[in-house]
Amino acid sequence: MAYEMIVLTNMLIAILFAQSLNLITGFCGQVSLGHAAFLGIGAYTSAMLTKAGWPLAATFIPAMVVAGMIGVIVGAASLRVRHDFLAITTMGVSFLFTGIIRKQDMLGGEMGIAGIPAAYGGRVGLLLMTLCLTILFITIMIYVKRSWMGFVFESIAEDEDTAGVLGIDVRRFKLFAFVLGTAGAGLAGALYAHQVRFIGPDSFGFVESVTVLSMVIVGGIGSIWGVTIAAALLSVMPQFFQVIDDYKLLVYGLLLFFAMRFLPDGLGGLAKRFRQKRNPDRSPERSQA
Amino acid sequence: MLAIDILIQGFIQGSIYALIALGLTLVYGLLRILHVAHASLFTLGGYLGVLITNATGSLFLALILAMIVVGFVGMLSYRILYRPLLSQPPLIALIASIGIFIASEEIFRIIFGPFSISYVAAPLQNQIEILPGISMSEARIMVVLLAFVLLLGVNWLSRRTRLGIATRATVVDPDMAMSSGVNVDVIRYSIFFIGSAFAAAAGVMVSLLNNLVEPTMGAVPSYKALAIIVLGGLGSVRGALIASLLLGIIETFGTIYLDDLLDRDSIAFAFLILVLMIRPKGIFSKG
Repeated sequence: MAYEMIVLTNMLIAILFAQSLNLITGFCGQVSLGHAAFLGIGAYTSAMLTKAGWPLAATFIPAMVVAGMIGVIVGAASLRVRHDFLAITTMGVSFLFTGIIRKQDMLGGEMGIAGIPAAYGGRVGLLLMTLCLTILFITIMIYVKRSWMGFVFESIAEDEDTAGVLGIDVRRFKLFAFVLGTAGAGLAGALYAHQVRFIGPDSFGFVESVTVLSMVIVGGIGSIWGVTIAAALLSVMPQFFQVIDDYKLLVYGLLLFFAMRFLPDGLGGLAKRFRQKRNPDRSPERSQA
Repeated sequence: MLAIDILIQGFIQGSIYALIALGLTLVYGLLRILHVAHASLFTLGGYLGVLITNATGSLFLALILAMIVVGFVGMLSYRILYRPLLSQPPLIALIASIGIFIASEEIFRIIFGPFSISYVAAPLQNQIEILPGISMSEARIMVVLLAFVLLLGVNWLSRRTRLGIATRATVVDPDMAMSSGVNVDVIRYSIFFIGSAFAAAAGVMVSLLNNLVEPTMGAVPSYKALAIIVLGGLGSVRGALIASLLLGIIETFGTIYLDDLLDRDSIAFAFLILVLMIRPKGIFSKG
């Protein structure tokens, strides 16, 4: 049972983490190749606090605040660059984060932080807490998507110049997406730190950033359910692949390639096409096509 | 003397970056795609260099063969990886490219084994005194010379040949170029051949400097080369070259003076972010 619980908790943390990026990349159209840095910021903040005697639940807010604050800084910087330049800048953030952590003895440096205390209620407690927070975050996502703010995000993702012409304060909404998304990643990080109970710079490197971005893209950019399913599948896949352990990354890499080649709009897009095929009358795109 | 030593070291590093970044920036100019899998070709070049040299004893032959073979693999990568994705948003091609790059590291590990491979007898290791008090190994001199020759060659190709002129036209406006009778696909295949061959040359050079090749040797150069072409203003060849040398030198100085603060790889990106904040489209962008 313990093994299944670990897998399940990992899966939920991955969903939370992927959704937090979905808010920035999916809703608002801002590509980030450095999202794992914010997972790391949350993880380090929370781990330092629980090691100092705080209960885990009390560290959620600080983890989100610190990650969100650094998210504002990165977001403000990102306002100046667009598209591919933004992708590379955020990639730089990822390398900068691990580079700084490596050299900070206070944060454990190269060795990382070990001996992070267990959550209250052990594995079950952590699982329940993760479940509640993930559901809460998804609910907020659904709310944001349906609210007027969701429409504003969508218009920025479609064409930010036009959105600006229409009188939308593009900068403010982009920043808001960054704050909300990075705070969500910080929360996922706090949970992650107490799940693995050992963190180091390598846990939050560029590969992790790519992994979470691939969850969002395989799920279908902006689709809440698609990203949830993709994050669940891609996070447990390494466990399924234990039998072919040596070829794990090979399969993962090829899977990414084939997903992009044959399913470029992700699971969300696939579901949409499927629905339209069954119900052609309700398809809004039909008249245009 | 230390300063000059560091400067030379940085210049060598910069020459290698330039060889890698050139292919990347050419591909970006043509297709607007960040070609991460370029680094796989660099690694393949390194492996071919070591293996062919060990088998035949000739580094020259290894270099030429590696460049040709990797050039064709590069064309193949365009055919199967990018060509079907051209109509999709660039992000899709980027993720597909990252996927291929991750898979390729594993393929290298499975084919060549997880451990590094070295030259049986490393060529060009004699020290030569180039200035009073400063000596360099022949391999290092060779790196700078080779980079210089190849880059001059590309400059000639770009200015004096039909292929070069057609390429520049395609970069500026693919549709216009096509209607003027340029076969855009031929241009793209040729650019992938040249860019990949240069990456292979860089791979051979790095294998020579470190006297080893390993499956993960492409990881750091791949990200750093992306940083370089962004610094240089995406798609600009001249910008990428200057940015390569600049980054090589800054990094070498940085590792000595900033070591308590940042590690080597983050210095490059700290510099990148700093520059982008001041000039959001790279150092050499127009306007």
